[in-house]
Amino acid sequence: MIELINVRKVFNAGSPSEFSAINGVNLHIHENKVTVLKGPSGSGKTTLLSIVGCMSRPSAGRVKLHDREITSLPERFLTDIRRKTFGFIFQQPNLIKGISVLENVMLPAYPLGEKRAHLKVKAMSGLAGLNLTHKAASKVEWLSGGEAQRVSIVRALINDPSIIIADEPTAHLDTTLSYRFMEIVEQFKAQGKTVIITSHDPLVYDSAIVDDVVNLRDGKLEGRPT
Amino acid sequence: MNPWIEKQRYIIDFTISSLLRRKVKNIGLLALYTLIVFILASTMFFTYSIKKEAKLILQGSPEIVVQKIVAGRHDLFPVSYIDEIKAIRGVADVESRLWGYYYDSLVQANYTVMTPSRVVDTSQSNARTTVVVDPNDPHAVNVNKPLYDYDGAAPEAGSIVIGNGVARMREIGTGDYMPFMSHDGQVMNLKIAGTLSSESELVSSDLILVNGTDFRKLFGIDDKYVTDVIVTVKNPSEVSMVASKIKKKLHSSRPIIREEILRTYDSIFNWRGGLMIVIFSAAVLAFVIFAWDKASGLSAGERREIGILKAVGWETSDVIQMKFWEGAMVSLTAFFSGVILAYIHVFFTGSAVFEPALKGWSALYPNFALTPFVNAEQLTSLFFLTVVPYTVATIVPIWRAATIDPDTAMRHTGE
Repeated sequence: MIELINVRKVFNAGSPSEFSAINGVNLHIHENKVTVLKGPSGSGKTTLLSIVGCMSRPSAGRVKLHDREITSLPERFLTDIRRKTFGFIFQQPNLIKGISVLENVMLPAYPLGEKRAHLKVKAMSGLAGLNLTHKAASKVEWLSGGEAQRVSIVRALINDPSIIIADEPTAHLDTTLSYRFMEIVEQFKAQGKTVIITSHDPLVYDSAIVDDVVNLRDGKLEGRPT
Repeated sequence: MNPWIEKQRYIIDFTISSLLRRKVKNIGLLALYTLIVFILASTMFFTYSIKKEAKLILQGSPEIVVQKIVAGRHDLFPVSYIDEIKAIRGVADVESRLWGYYYDSLVQANYTVMTPSRVVDTSQSNARTTVVVDPNDPHAVNVNKPLYDYDGAAPEAGSIVIGNGVARMREIGTGDYMPFMSHDGQVMNLKIAGTLSSESELVSSDLILVNGTDFRKLFGIDDKYVTDVIVTVKNPSEVSMVASKIKKKLHSSRPIIREEILRTYDSIFNWRGGLMIVIFSAAVLAFVIFAWDKASGLSAGERREIGILKAVGWETSDVIQMKFWEGAMVSLTAFFSGVILAYIHVFFTGSAVFEPALKGWSALYPNFALTPFVNAEQLTSLFFLTVVPYTVATIVPIWRAATIDPDTAMRHTGE
């Protein structure tokens, strides 16, 4: 489904502070599987995740999505693919303060110009799925950490993406909430979605629902995916 | 509904909620912006209107004024000269004038004292000065009015008609007596027969109209002399020719044609306009600093928000569009409020802020409401001086922030 061919990513190229975050990674991510990118801090997990999710371009190498080369697409098309194919869950909930939970959830769908009534129904059913219906009208600053995380998950799902990308999703959650998160991931998988997670939390990569674990160190793959 | 329209609605809705979220900052910004537009618009309206007003009033001024000059200074005009001028070919009428200044030590103000000019109907000649005016101009009717305008007849001996400024300063009105100290030290008590209309207050504020006899008694001027004369010419295109003939015949005379008077007044108003330009420049400078400040960067909160929007799938163009709407809403609101406030300030409160510096040239400040003269050209230049630079200035930092990689946004949007 997603194929990375000899991908490299260099930051600050040509300057004394140049450093290579990804060094020739070849990877194949399968459809409807849960893949975890595992490795210590600075191993290049997030960089690799952002390349997979069309958030940044590799310095060299190619990325294919459904056998289509997407590396050289202009920003506009890349954004379109990102919006329709990927749902992002960040380390921090990254919700916009001052507006309601419902508005935050609907935000990624605004540029698509979907009818407001439809969009609202979709957002409300997403919130209902994670027991957040009663919080729809609340301001995001009133939410607890776990609730904010769940709101960001609903937001990631609003455009019904086929691939969910989560960057260290349990980094700021306690054990109970982390288990709750993995249950949600299981639901995604049951719905036929592909999930890619970066994590160095054993609770995540040792989970029974994880299909592939990719070990990263110094921007390179360590051994074969299990 | 068309998805494009729906998308614009979403973006505008989000923009409004963004503006409301930063209420304090945006209200402050709006207030400052409105103030700058207000100053710019007031300056523009004021300068334009006062010039136009003055031009209209002065269009009714005499074609030629002839004075006598002694040692390069204005002297009393001998009545015997009048017949000599009348004899010049092309002259339709010659009218003598008596006018001067009177210093009132009580209120430390200078009044202009004059005898009213003769009513046009009594003129010996049928020749009239023709002034070409725009028929669509509502002020055209004022063109043929004299410099001052009052309802009653010429004051009888012992009575005067005073300007509004004099009435205000001395706190007197019709029916009261006003004492004058004549040239020989005698006190003359003159009765106020009326006050001048406030329409012409720009020029009549400090005016006192007296009877010819009283004038001569007050200043000790002999019957053989007048202050100066005004000459009406049969053919308006011969004005300068007649003026040169007068100069040739009466060497000690100085004929001043209307164009010269208009030029002088124009330079006086330009000088006042110049003062306004100083204020105007200061306001423009304040605006440039303000726009530059806005252009130099976004707040951390705004940057973070742009990062989130980019990361959740907004395109650079969507973000720029949103911020464009934000800038447009702020600047248009400020523009319209500023212009409306300036209009009220200039045309209804008589430019309360600028008045002392700009209108008065003596202790008597004319108190008059300017007639509104606002045209599309003024509003357009104001728009291009304020709204356009502001919008452009805000787009640059937004474009810079919006073009960052969503990856960078994702990494640096942590709270």
